[in-house]
Amino acid sequence: MSNVPDKVDHDLPEQHEREHHIVSPKIYLTILIALLVGTAVTVWASYVNLGIFNPVVALAIACTKATLVVLYFMHVKYGTKLTKLTVGAGIFTFLILVGMTLADYFTRAWGRW
Amino acid sequence: MARKKKRWSLSDRPVIVTGVAEGAHHEHLPYQRHHFETIAQQNDATNFAMWLFLLTEIMFFGGLFTAYLIYRNWYYPAFVSASHQLSIPLGGVNTLLLICSSFTMAMGVWSAEMKKKGALVLCLILTFILGTGFLGIKTVEYGEKIEKHHVPGIHYSLNSFLYPDSDEAARVAKDHALPLDMARHTEIYFFLYFAMTGMHALHMIIGVAILAFMIARAQAGAYTTGHVTFVENFGLYWHFVDIVWIFLFPLLYLISRH
Repeated sequence: MSNVPDKVDHDLPEQHEREHHIVSPKIYLTILIALLVGTAVTVWASYVNLGIFNPVVALAIACTKATLVVLYFMHVKYGTKLTKLTVGAGIFTFLILVGMTLADYFTRAWGRW
Repeated sequence: MARKKKRWSLSDRPVIVTGVAEGAHHEHLPYQRHHFETIAQQNDATNFAMWLFLLTEIMFFGGLFTAYLIYRNWYYPAFVSASHQLSIPLGGVNTLLLICSSFTMAMGVWSAEMKKKGALVLCLILTFILGTGFLGIKTVEYGEKIEKHHVPGIHYSLNSFLYPDSDEAARVAKDHALPLDMARHTEIYFFLYFAMTGMHALHMIIGVAILAFMIARAQAGAYTTGHVTFVENFGLYWHFVDIVWIFLFPLLYLISRH
């Protein structure tokens, strides 16, 4: 603990600054445009007949948009490791719950006809 | 002795204990709660708590999405015909409103961090207007459903699905008449439609109410003193509600359109 600063007020603001990354409006604007383009693409893609891939494409675009919102608007990209771990673990658990449930329901009738 | 111990904050880096003397009241910023060592630790803790809350919300909406996907898989023709009753222009405009409101909210957080009071108030007001606009359009959409008796319950009408020629939206989508047993399952689609968009709208109403409160506080000078936690965490909530809609829009309106 040799690096304990002598003065409290000497350390606090600097620490605050380093912990608190401020995302610039330029990045927010870029993300806004990306989200608007994503919306346009998903509406356009819904009118194209891709068969079984229509929902897949729609969900892929939605996941991309959601990722952009989480990383930039919600600052996870600039967040602490704890935040990243929390979000990652949450989404992982969520995917297991939904994925396993859907896998069960979608395959129950297999081999019964 | 406590000072000698190596302590770790909730963040990536060790927190240096800056107490003046053991047992003494250590100095800190006025908005730092007494039980936190540093303001960084306090920020991390509140951010962590907000994310935990949002994870419970993800699980909650996840259940609704899962129910929707399972029923759509089971009663596919009913879900296709029923989803043709939704208006893509209205849903699309609402998506634009919400995405723009997320942007203005993000700019609000930025304004608070830069201590720009006027910009913060402006951003919050814009977010409020866009959110209210979303709810207004949603009301119009719900009104259409009530008019056509597409609200699940005793007044539910199967006419649009048994006789698609009698319904303009069904005619435009070139729907085929559904057999009675399949047509009855359109009610499940609308039940899930109202459950999902209704829960989403409830989150929007709560959000807009908090925004009104925040506009009043921001005008009085709050949030631009360096203490941005409330605005920041509300921003997380607002973006989360936006994300829910990012999934609702394609799933309810779009994927059965081709």
